[in-house]
Amino acid sequence: MLQAWKSLYAKSDPAKAFSLLSPALILVTLAMLVPMTLMLSFSFFTQISFTEIDYSFTIQRYIDFFQKNLLVSLLIKSVKISFIVTLVTLLTAYPVCYYIAFYVKKNKMLWLVLLTLPFWTSYLLRVFSWKIILGTKGVINSSLINAGLLSEPLTFLMYSETAVIITLTHAWAAFALLPLYVSLDKIDFSLIEAARDLGLSRLETFWKITLPLSLPGIIGAILIIFIPTVGDYVTPALLGGTDGRMLSNMIQAYFGKVNNLPLGAASATIMLITVAIVTIIVSYTTKKLSQRIS
Amino acid sequence: MEQKNNPLLVYTLLYFAFLYIPVLFLPIFSFNDANYMSFPLSGFTTEHYEEMWSKRNLHNALWASIKVGVVASVVSTTIALFAAKAFARYKFRGQNISYGAIMMPFLIPEIILAVSILIIWLSLGFKLGLVPVTIGHILFCTPFAMLILIARIEGFDFSLEEASRDLGENAWGTFYRVSLPLYLPGIIASLLLSFIISFDEFVLAFFLTGSDATLPMYMWAQMRFIQKLPHVLALGAVIIVFTTFIVLLAFWLRNLGQGKEKTEFGINIHE
Repeated sequence: MLQAWKSLYAKSDPAKAFSLLSPALILVTLAMLVPMTLMLSFSFFTQISFTEIDYSFTIQRYIDFFQKNLLVSLLIKSVKISFIVTLVTLLTAYPVCYYIAFYVKKNKMLWLVLLTLPFWTSYLLRVFSWKIILGTKGVINSSLINAGLLSEPLTFLMYSETAVIITLTHAWAAFALLPLYVSLDKIDFSLIEAARDLGLSRLETFWKITLPLSLPGIIGAILIIFIPTVGDYVTPALLGGTDGRMLSNMIQAYFGKVNNLPLGAASATIMLITVAIVTIIVSYTTKKLSQRIS
Repeated sequence: MEQKNNPLLVYTLLYFAFLYIPVLFLPIFSFNDANYMSFPLSGFTTEHYEEMWSKRNLHNALWASIKVGVVASVVSTTIALFAAKAFARYKFRGQNISYGAIMMPFLIPEIILAVSILIIWLSLGFKLGLVPVTIGHILFCTPFAMLILIARIEGFDFSLEEASRDLGENAWGTFYRVSLPLYLPGIIASLLLSFIISFDEFVLAFFLTGSDATLPMYMWAQMRFIQKLPHVLALGAVIIVFTTFIVLLAFWLRNLGQGKEKTEFGINIHE
């Protein structure tokens, strides 16, 4: 019997594959799927007192969320900030990847390692370094005052939406650079040369050949930046002030000093749904776009 | 290949400056003899570094981060090694959905992972501390480790393993004598990078540590006090140098014995 099972196993690729995958799948199930399901159920409960929770089903927390102008406006602001960050990161990173893919001949790998190296240093420290730059007594203000160009420090630099956007653009750069570079580097350069030989201008060639072919990288970059930045906590907490606060800061408060776990869980669920909707829209648009191109 | 494009080169160099200069301010001001981080620099001092020797809380936090990082990197690399082998070796139904599920912790906002683990941990009646942080870090590091290992194992000649089995070596012997030596650079790169990810991770630790601070948590707590900032800068500078060294080592190892160029730590998940 055992022998029979063994020989069946030896012949079955899926069985072998899934036994190799089982530790990872168990991990994802126990440490992510089950906890997230529990979080979802908590969003239907009610916090009665500081320690007590009423476990009867209600959708009141979701109604609360949409009745609180603060929460709705923070959700909108989170999405807006992430959208701007994604766009700016993409537009600024694209030319760099284009240059490395098409103009750099030697040591491409070194250029790439240098581009991604800052990404590996502590996220907290990278965000903190912008506090040094933008602060009221920071690098920009103290330099401008010393140079006699300013008498009072610029206060809008710090604790604002702009500060959050600049910092996030810096912090997530690697996530745009990598997918963009990978997709640009795959492009067969003879296609571009052929387009030129056939009389297309540089701009036309870019618009009709290079840009469409790099679309997978663009989509990858959009998703990989937008999703985590919607839920970013550190940057708005350190640099946002009241103007740059995002939804995560409120979620943290509900799990911390405000102590309203169900409302926190409902806010987190709404954030997750928002992210899912954006992912679906982006993937769907891409599919349509790439169908039109090919 | 195009010949030259000087404006684009200038732009690329400016972009590099944008990436690097902010991080360089940390080490610069860590040697500055003042509490405020402003120009002009007032004087050179190493006292902020000397201060680190005497901070007990700092030592405890460092030790906590090392413990969490070692466990998280070993466990996630082991789990990822099996998974990477499955994806590199076999074609099977449910491949894409399994891949998506394992990659998910990397794509979901971290705060949601943190909050979910927090809820289940408290509901089970456990105390917050380094254990839930480690679980969170294992979950978060596994997709990274898997990407690195798939890049290494892909293109591996699996007939070598079959030959070893045919010649009478058992599964462990084959793994130990044939596969492991070939995977080793990838495995070490994965261990190092997972360790760094865990060592620098903040959000999961922020929600789950309770009173046992990890190093990023310690820095977070210090950042609130102006007079302690120089000390955070010195610590930050040390961490940056340490991280850079480990990451370069990992990159070098990962490319060891590989002729063709690989995608950078394999973030081409959209293929």
